[in-house]
Amino acid sequence: MEALTLLQWIFDTLTGLGLWWLAWRALASPQLFRAVVLFVAFGLLMALAWVRLDAPDIALAEVAIGAGLTGALLLAALARLTAAEKAQNVADQSGKRKYTVRTSRWLPAALLSVVAAGLAYSVLSFPPSSAGLSVEVAANLDISGVSNPVTAVLLNFRGYDTLLEMLVLLLALLGVWSLGGLSPPRAAPAGLVLDTLTRVLTPVLILVAAYLLWVGGHAPGGAFQAGSVLAAAGVLLLLAGWRPHPGMTQLPLRLVVVAGPGLFLVAALFTIVMGRHLLEYPPERARILIVILETAAALSIGTTLAALFLGERPRDKERP
Amino acid sequence: MSPAIFYALVGVGLFCLGLYALIVRAHLLRKILAINVMGSGAFLVLAALAKRTANAAPDPVPHAMVITGIVVAVSATAFALMLMSKVAAETGQAVLPDGRSE
Repeated sequence: MEALTLLQWIFDTLTGLGLWWLAWRALASPQLFRAVVLFVAFGLLMALAWVRLDAPDIALAEVAIGAGLTGALLLAALARLTAAEKAQNVADQSGKRKYTVRTSRWLPAALLSVVAAGLAYSVLSFPPSSAGLSVEVAANLDISGVSNPVTAVLLNFRGYDTLLEMLVLLLALLGVWSLGGLSPPRAAPAGLVLDTLTRVLTPVLILVAAYLLWVGGHAPGGAFQAGSVLAAAGVLLLLAGWRPHPGMTQLPLRLVVVAGPGLFLVAALFTIVMGRHLLEYPPERARILIVILETAAALSIGTTLAALFLGERPRDKERP
Repeated sequence: MSPAIFYALVGVGLFCLGLYALIVRAHLLRKILAINVMGSGAFLVLAALAKRTANAAPDPVPHAMVITGIVVAVSATAFALMLMSKVAAETGQAVLPDGRSE
């Protein structure tokens, strides 16, 4: 028992130091490409920390979204950035100026040490053990319709948060489209490996997403993890050169993107009309309602994230 | 010191590391990375404090908040990267003018 505790402490210390080191290198290494790759590695190590904290739901979300999709978004942005800098330098050789930071680095470092000390003091002054809201969640788990407490909180007890979060995701996509969108990533012909891998992995990823969606009711998983796996399938397809049919990017795409937040809003209005609180489901129908809402949410999350990766604004029919 | 408090302190360190980089780095991609590191630090504090439940299962409410936060963070990152690409397409470099050089 003693040896096991010691081993766990060694593991925790290495994870903590590794996280600090990776974060520091990602923020300080001179090459941007290396910084992005280190950031993805940082996300993967974060997933290990989540498992150590008994949070497998967060670990799944972190690997798929925090490391995977954020990494894909960052690499795509870096490729666009390099292209833009090249284009500008060719057009204007003389206007190039090296940017240097003139602010002192010691002042922020000193001030932030004070902030760090204050935050650490407040963390250490918390009571060493606290049940939080876990007792209340466990007492009401039976009427929530699911047996995974995290899914119960996300989709039932605090469904309001999830509703607003779906709206934030929609707003981000609307923001990208409203500002004109981005040039699509270079449509280089996919190599044999990427092409074959995409063909094999896409059905597997869709199957994994469906499994995660269903299993979220009683084990780690759920709409967010399923949605991000769907988005990963979309990103793979887009990288391999696949583009949605022009007819699909009009009404069908918009319908799928608003399906999640839309159904959530309908459920919210319906529960109010029924004389209940906002998003307070009748306990006997809670399970089926959560499955419907989660399915719509997963489809919307997956499509929105893949559309954010593509970045290209769907063209209107009238204006070519 | 329990593992929960240890990981909360790691989170505090990550938050401050990110905030420092956000202040001193000029490149916008670096600033976006810094904000993401700050977010990870805040999430780590939240989920670590949820594990102060002796030997029982951890508090699921902060876990749900962190999952929500991760999705909001990726939305904000995608939007920020788009703004950065627009700045780079306009000026040729992904750096905000500081007002003193012009």
